[in-house]
Amino acid sequence: MKSKSRQKEIKKILMTGNEAIAQGAIDAGCRFYAGYPITPQNELTAYMARCMPDSGGVFVQSESEVAAINMVFGASCAGARSMTSSSSPGISLKQEGISYIAGAELPAVVVNIMRGGPGLGNIWPSQSDYFQATRGGGHGDYHSIVLAPSSVQEAYDLMFLAFDLADNYRNPVMVLGDGILGQMMEPLQVTSHKSQVTGQKAVVCLPIGKATSQKTWALTGCEGRNPNIIKSFRMKEGDLEKLNLALQKKYKAIRQKEARFESLFLEDAKIIIVAYGTMARIAKGAVGMLRAKGKKAGLLRPITLWPFPEKVFKDLQARNSKLKTLLVTEMSYGQMLEDVKLALDGKLKVEFLGRAGGGVPTEEDIIRKAGKIL
Amino acid sequence: MTEKIIIAGAGGQGIMLLGKVLAEGAMREGKYVTWLPSYGAEVRGGTAHCMVIISDEPIGSPYIDKADTLIIMNAPSLNKFRDRIKNKGLLIVNSSLAPEAGVASEGRHILRCPFTDLALKMGNIKIANMIALGCFIGKKKTVNSRSLLEVIGSIAPEHKKGLIEINQKALEEGMELGG
Amino acid sequence: MKEAQKIFSRPRSLRNISTHYCGGCGHGIAHRLVAEIVDELGIRERVIAVAPVGCAVIAYDYWDFDCSEAAHGRALAVATGIKRVRPQNIVFTYQGDGDLAAIGTSETIHAANRGENVTVIFINNAIYGMTGGQMAPTTLLGQRTATTPAGRQIGVHGAPLKISEMLALLPAVKYIERVSLHSPQEVLKAKSAIKRAFQSQIDNLGFSMVEVLSACPTYWDMPPKKALDWIRDVMSKEFPLGRIK
Repeated sequence: MKSKSRQKEIKKILMTGNEAIAQGAIDAGCRFYAGYPITPQNELTAYMARCMPDSGGVFVQSESEVAAINMVFGASCAGARSMTSSSSPGISLKQEGISYIAGAELPAVVVNIMRGGPGLGNIWPSQSDYFQATRGGGHGDYHSIVLAPSSVQEAYDLMFLAFDLADNYRNPVMVLGDGILGQMMEPLQVTSHKSQVTGQKAVVCLPIGKATSQKTWALTGCEGRNPNIIKSFRMKEGDLEKLNLALQKKYKAIRQKEARFESLFLEDAKIIIVAYGTMARIAKGAVGMLRAKGKKAGLLRPITLWPFPEKVFKDLQARNSKLKTLLVTEMSYGQMLEDVKLALDGKLKVEFLGRAGGGVPTEEDIIRKAGKIL
Repeated sequence: MTEKIIIAGAGGQGIMLLGKVLAEGAMREGKYVTWLPSYGAEVRGGTAHCMVIISDEPIGSPYIDKADTLIIMNAPSLNKFRDRIKNKGLLIVNSSLAPEAGVASEGRHILRCPFTDLALKMGNIKIANMIALGCFIGKKKTVNSRSLLEVIGSIAPEHKKGLIEINQKALEEGMELGG
Repeated sequence: MKEAQKIFSRPRSLRNISTHYCGGCGHGIAHRLVAEIVDELGIRERVIAVAPVGCAVIAYDYWDFDCSEAAHGRALAVATGIKRVRPQNIVFTYQGDGDLAAIGTSETIHAANRGENVTVIFINNAIYGMTGGQMAPTTLLGQRTATTPAGRQIGVHGAPLKISEMLALLPAVKYIERVSLHSPQEVLKAKSAIKRAFQSQIDNLGFSMVEVLSACPTYWDMPPKKALDWIRDVMSKEFPLGRIK
């Protein structure tokens, strides 16, 4: 009775994507945030400054993006759920730390609210960091798990998954949004979550200052155990190869278990629009309009960009013999396109519609292009 | 029902707030809503705008190419957005600051109201945005005025509680212009 | 007859393995001093070290307590993350002159300015050892290195950087002392400075640092004894010993 009436009271809050990500992180047990201001993700940093201390966590405005990611390295070493956030140029600076985090097998969450590049570019929305995010980004043979929310609600929800994946695989997780997602407000329903990681128990974060930890590898002082060492440096002959083989094994498991996507009308579509993040909601709008006109369009939205949901692409032909073409649309010039082509292995025709540097393909652009293809 | 609204004016005119009150009111009525701001490097001055979409269905793009309603609070914004309105769309213009009559009226409804002058008459230039919002819902009835009055009553921070009443009055004043 | 008493032994905090350092290098002594202090203060079970990139990169192989690596220059950012999350632990970084005063200058200055309650053991040997004897920010004028073959010149390379004096200007920095390892007496002074720095952290006073002048006979191209004399006669003239703050 009581819980039911309480549920009714759960109100929606109008929030920006940046704020929803911050609140999602805090609700997921993040207790350390370090960051450096950069547009268009400043609301995230400011929200953390406001709310992290009240949640018993730590907020540090770092002197640079480089320092921020290395503070996250340290906080993660010490067992806390830790994150940083930035936008494209700042994420480039963080690559050093992300590579070290991958090499030392530490959990950490990095949020990239993408803006136009290359260089200083501009502050308008973009998806041009797809390659950087999904191919590793820094030096060495590693992958970050990459999650791409397409609404404010999903931005919040995916933060739980991000921290669970990071802890379970001891791997960096990147949440990849763009200026529109970060800046826009939508109604958000704050919820409680269970671990969404396949078949694994969520690891609870180490509360600040508490001595017990489920993270037996963490640096907490060696009382009652042998000293722990956290490092990525492996000079002894064969040692680094061993680490790399272990990483590859982990990546294989992640590929098998953690690919996620959303789809619409895959069974009868003659054309499927493929898009992620903000572009996917624009594509979804376009699919609705095309359907209203009697045109059989479908949608495939990768939620994990790495691992890329290859299987659903490979199975498309077998599921739907009427399907002729996929239309990939991005706020970049053919980056996810490569993963789609790799997954399809030449079996279906792939067309592309993209803009970058602040340009955003509209629903009408997609409809026009799809019309030509059909 | 889907209503796409672009609100534009000068930095400091309360453009973002106008959009937020509208979006929050729509949310409280259970509608789908998106609010997308312009976020330029300029903090004051220049033109500021936001885009609000209110719908009974999930919203695709939060970006508005052609709006159902354009609310224009100053002259530079009129120049910037004059073509961003659908055929038969509604154009609401603050004639106090954008007096120019050179906007072709074919294919659109135009409501010219001196929001800034009216706000000054009511004693606070800053409430021009709420008069404009009232004018919009008076005309289009996209959101119930009660929801908006509630929003105004609840979103003011502690040190601005004294301004609630005048903003609510401004909304009601605007509704008469629109209705 | 009196029973034999053990008056000198390996500190508990130092593992029983040989280091990889060159003959006459100061790192081994500095590692040991840190280990002795950790034992004496009884903090082995709550200390967390952050190792640098440089010759001391595998310091964690020698110390017998919790350690983390850090990217080159980022030790104080990593230490900030650790200490903020676990304020009850004793956190220190061990960094060379390139790590602390060149590539990591920004991290150093800002951690110090925030008053992070951590301790820094700064090994200044006026040269880059690990990469083969290149110029350090602390290389002396006229000193020949792999990248200053004609000697460091002020108009081309700048003067030796006195990071300790720079940091002393910051209000949140509570303790800085410069010591040297060129004689047994100086080693004892170095030890008490390191102890004071750790004690300052235990007392929650703020940022503490000990700069240790240390020999690099290999890349100074000197026999070990001469290298120690060079610290005494030349290097400590440029970098005066004693309490800076």
